[in-house]
Amino acid sequence: MTKFEQELKNNNFLCSHCTTCDKLVWPPSDFCNNCFSDVVWKPVSRFARLIEFSRKDNEYFCIAEFEENIRVMGSIQNSSNLKINQPLFLVKCDYDGIERFVFEPVLTS
Amino acid sequence: MRQVAVASGGLTRFTKNDLSLETLMVSSVKQIFEKTENLEQKDIDVVLISTNANDKYLANIVSELCGISPKIAHSIESLCNSGTNCIVSAYSYILSGLAKTALVIGAEKTNSPGLVLEWDKSRGQYKHPIYWSSMFTSAHMRKFGTTSEDLAYVSAKNHRNALDNPYAYFDREYSLQEITESKNLTENVRLLDCSMSCDGSAAVLLTSSDIATKFTDRPVWITGIGQKSTSAGFTKNDDLTSMKSTAYSASDAYQMSGRKPTDVDVAELHDAFSICEIIELEDLGFVSKGQGSSYVHQLYDSHDRRINPRGGLIGAGHPLGATGIAQTVEICQQLQGNAKKRQVDGAKVGLVHNMSAAATSSTVMILES
Repeated sequence: MTKFEQELKNNNFLCSHCTTCDKLVWPPSDFCNNCFSDVVWKPVSRFARLIEFSRKDNEYFCIAEFEENIRVMGSIQNSSNLKINQPLFLVKCDYDGIERFVFEPVLTS
Repeated sequence: MRQVAVASGGLTRFTKNDLSLETLMVSSVKQIFEKTENLEQKDIDVVLISTNANDKYLANIVSELCGISPKIAHSIESLCNSGTNCIVSAYSYILSGLAKTALVIGAEKTNSPGLVLEWDKSRGQYKHPIYWSSMFTSAHMRKFGTTSEDLAYVSAKNHRNALDNPYAYFDREYSLQEITESKNLTENVRLLDCSMSCDGSAAVLLTSSDIATKFTDRPVWITGIGQKSTSAGFTKNDDLTSMKSTAYSASDAYQMSGRKPTDVDVAELHDAFSICEIIELEDLGFVSKGQGSSYVHQLYDSHDRRINPRGGLIGAGHPLGATGIAQTVEICQQLQGNAKKRQVDGAKVGLVHNMSAAATSSTVMILES
């Protein structure tokens, strides 16, 4: 299991980060995809933005964007009146041979 | 630029069977040798294999099974557009002068490991292609008002076109109602909006211009090529109403050939799902953005076979490594006037569009008689 997968399994969403370019390198890699420097691991914000969504049976799935850079597909629980660009929170991530991301809408007043 | 020609092509029926990958490949090559005048095994300089199978040394194995001892033999894999990647590589070998003839052979089995891109962590648990298709569909519906019925028109048209393709997987027509009432795989992707993974093979013979007429009196010329890989991960498609790699590839292919979309008489588009054909019509410049659906309605209502005359992937089936080559065989038959009931009258300029992994890479080729 890779560092990324191990951390995901522990409900930690980390991404490779290039300190030279000061950018997140997604998908996770051992080298920066701009300058090829070694990377360090950095926690990703749990807050995301809804890019697109659909539904299979009663389960919503979506593309969510973190830190204006990282986009992943995950499920959305407690979904109602979903709107593009609305804020989401990463409730849980996991790895059981497959990466899993579970989101919830952030309630705004 | 008329320097590399497609001289001949061969196909097997797209179906589900127990034949080995090698047998499928040799079957489509056999057709080429049976119908191509003056062609002998010793004429073949290059053998390229297009497949996602994990088998090793296939180009050499198939060469031996065909009695060919080529100068160059190897496999090329690029998921669903392996076939056109192979053709472009063969084109380059010929144009470089390293070879005068190349046999490009594609085949796949139904259970291909190329059906799902396991590497793509960004897809999370949604690695099956229906999920990226559903995302494109949601985005296009939201922006352009595309409906489930619009998608059904693509499927109905392509299933109907496949009725006149003796090599197609499907051999029956589906009504719009049957399609819209077929099983929902997601909220907006139904079973009959999907192409079918299956067993099949296709092959083409490419030659240099100076010897093309030795093998055919109607060579088809590859006059334009565009290829682009924007990423490997699906979620890097920043506009889900468009397929950027397709638009880039089309622009390069049109520029190289000196042709424009209105010059194209007949085209094979990579309709892995119904939404793909609608977006591709727009990104290939056949219609403006948002007009793909209404153009498909028009094609359906008028029985116009300009787009996907063999039934596309939805009607003909999708044996991944064979698909781009089968598309090329169809366009060659159209430009040679050999497409029988599928023939588009007077076709002189054709286009092949083949893409991979949610359009993260695409190939566009312009072919001319």
